[in-house]
Amino acid sequence: MSRRAFQVLPGFNLTLGYTLFYLCIIVLIPLSAVFLKTSQLGLSQFWDVVTTPRVVASYKLSFGASLLAAAINAVFGLGLAWALVRYSFPGKKLVDALIDLPFALPTAVAGIALTALYAPNGWLGSALEPLGIKVAFTPLGVLVSLVFIGLPFVVRTVQPILEDLDTELEEAAASLGARRWQTFRHVTLPILLPALLTGFALAFARAVGEYGSVIFIAGNIPMVSEITPLMIITKLEQYDYTGATAIAVVMLLFSFVLLLAINGLQAWTEKATGRNR
Amino acid sequence: MSIQVQNIHKAFGDFVALGDVSLDFPTGELVALLGPSGCGKTTLLRIIAGLESADGGRVLLDGEDASDTHVRERHVGFVFQHYALFRHMSVFDNVAFGLRMKPRSQRPSEKAIRTKVHDLLKLVQLDWLADRFPAQLSGGQRQRIALARALAVEPRVLLLDEPFGALDAKVRKELRRWLRRLHDELHITSIFVTHDQEEALEVADRVVLMDHGKVEQIGTPEEVYRHPATPFVYGFLGAVNHFSGHVDGQSVRVGDEVLRHAAPDLKHGDEVIAFARPHELDIVTDLAGTDGVPARVARVLSFGVTARVELDGLNGATGQHFEVELTRERVEALALQEGQTVRLHPQRLRVFAR
Repeated sequence: MSRRAFQVLPGFNLTLGYTLFYLCIIVLIPLSAVFLKTSQLGLSQFWDVVTTPRVVASYKLSFGASLLAAAINAVFGLGLAWALVRYSFPGKKLVDALIDLPFALPTAVAGIALTALYAPNGWLGSALEPLGIKVAFTPLGVLVSLVFIGLPFVVRTVQPILEDLDTELEEAAASLGARRWQTFRHVTLPILLPALLTGFALAFARAVGEYGSVIFIAGNIPMVSEITPLMIITKLEQYDYTGATAIAVVMLLFSFVLLLAINGLQAWTEKATGRNR
Repeated sequence: MSIQVQNIHKAFGDFVALGDVSLDFPTGELVALLGPSGCGKTTLLRIIAGLESADGGRVLLDGEDASDTHVRERHVGFVFQHYALFRHMSVFDNVAFGLRMKPRSQRPSEKAIRTKVHDLLKLVQLDWLADRFPAQLSGGQRQRIALARALAVEPRVLLLDEPFGALDAKVRKELRRWLRRLHDELHITSIFVTHDQEEALEVADRVVLMDHGKVEQIGTPEEVYRHPATPFVYGFLGAVNHFSGHVDGQSVRVGDEVLRHAAPDLKHGDEVIAFARPHELDIVTDLAGTDGVPARVARVLSFGVTARVELDGLNGATGQHFEVELTRERVEALALQEGQTVRLHPQRLRVFAR
């Protein structure tokens, strides 16, 4: 007695088939090639390549800075989205359009611009130098450029949810005696959290894979400010293709596990906030 | 607790939402703010709650000036038209919200909260839904939960903004009676906003009629229905026929026709508007004379306890529609035909100067 549920727009077979085919061509085959190439190395050789101190230092920088940048973007992106949705101010449309700029800008342009700005003789760099803060050619510089390229993700994922969020909910909370912080903590934030996590995950994923904007400002000092994608490029330039793919494999696995964890967290919050029942 | 508003003024840009409104809401009464949309009733309710601030005037709660008190400190329960339940919390957590947000020194123990929430859920007859989420409830259930949530913090007054506006007719009627019973049990001073005259007349102890940011009339449902003070109230409450003309001695002249009235305070020649309810009009088939307004029978609806006759005005009342309610016997005695010309005689006429 199994009857298929009626759907207005049919096409399960078509869409699933297309999805799998597309994923195979665009994502899985290239990725499996990475694994295939890597398998030319023996296990001990592989381990040696991916655990060289210089490479390990680059993992720490890449993943650490990416997580930190995504977290910074989550906080300030939420603030930006809030200001754009809740208030009207002169130039609001302009600000709204500016937010997407990091999407459109060639990453190298962003990198060069940031470097020029933060270099010891740049506008901001020269102002920060006397304070003992060095941005360009340090891990801090890497962080700055990762924050720059990740910002739109959080703003654009949180914005529509905020627009749908009724101010009546906040009014109801206030009339029940909740203070401002309590209202935000117990009413607004739980509703925004799934979108915020999505934005965080996207910003993180983008930051991990970022190359163009980072290499200019990073200075690429071994053990200090080298990111993992740079290590891969370096290997490629030395015609060490298997070494490059080995590092890529580690990066892929790391990223996959982290993204899986973030998605799991997001599913859990959605369930806890009663949306997925 | 009593509520008083004094000389409240509020404008949104050029639009005056409330123009110098003063009202008294005595302790323990259930008052309806009734009026068409845009009349300022919701704005007034939100100003009393502290969700909106007035441009001028004062709100007194229990005789104390609360104009500058934050909504959080006013201890008013507010119920929204679209419920405003926290969708990420269970029904239980929604109702417990106000208690859990209290400062630690005033917060009841988790056990006391549980008892209180279950008592409230029993009061609104939804104890069995405690673990559900708002999305799983019907509209009527959601509004009852919203009411339980508002009552949890023991508000001094209860303010309801079109509480049944988003519900279908049957549930509306049920909830209306239920709200009245609940009020009789709790005796908490309550104000509810509605644009549905039947709802206001049926539920409230007292009705405040508003139009264009002004109070038109205040009174018991009986008073405002029986003795409307202004043309607006007459027209807003119940079906009505109106005639426009001018005063001519002891009658109102509509075109060449004459309607008798008894309003001695009107001067000869005054432009007036006269009202009669459908049951206050009689139909006569004798067309001689100038007494009464001529009209053509458009439809005779005689399926109810009383019969309703719809007519189109003629001569001085051309373009107007009239509705007359008669007993079935009277309609049968008249043997009205559709298209027939008759005269309308008001038995009772309320005349207002224009």
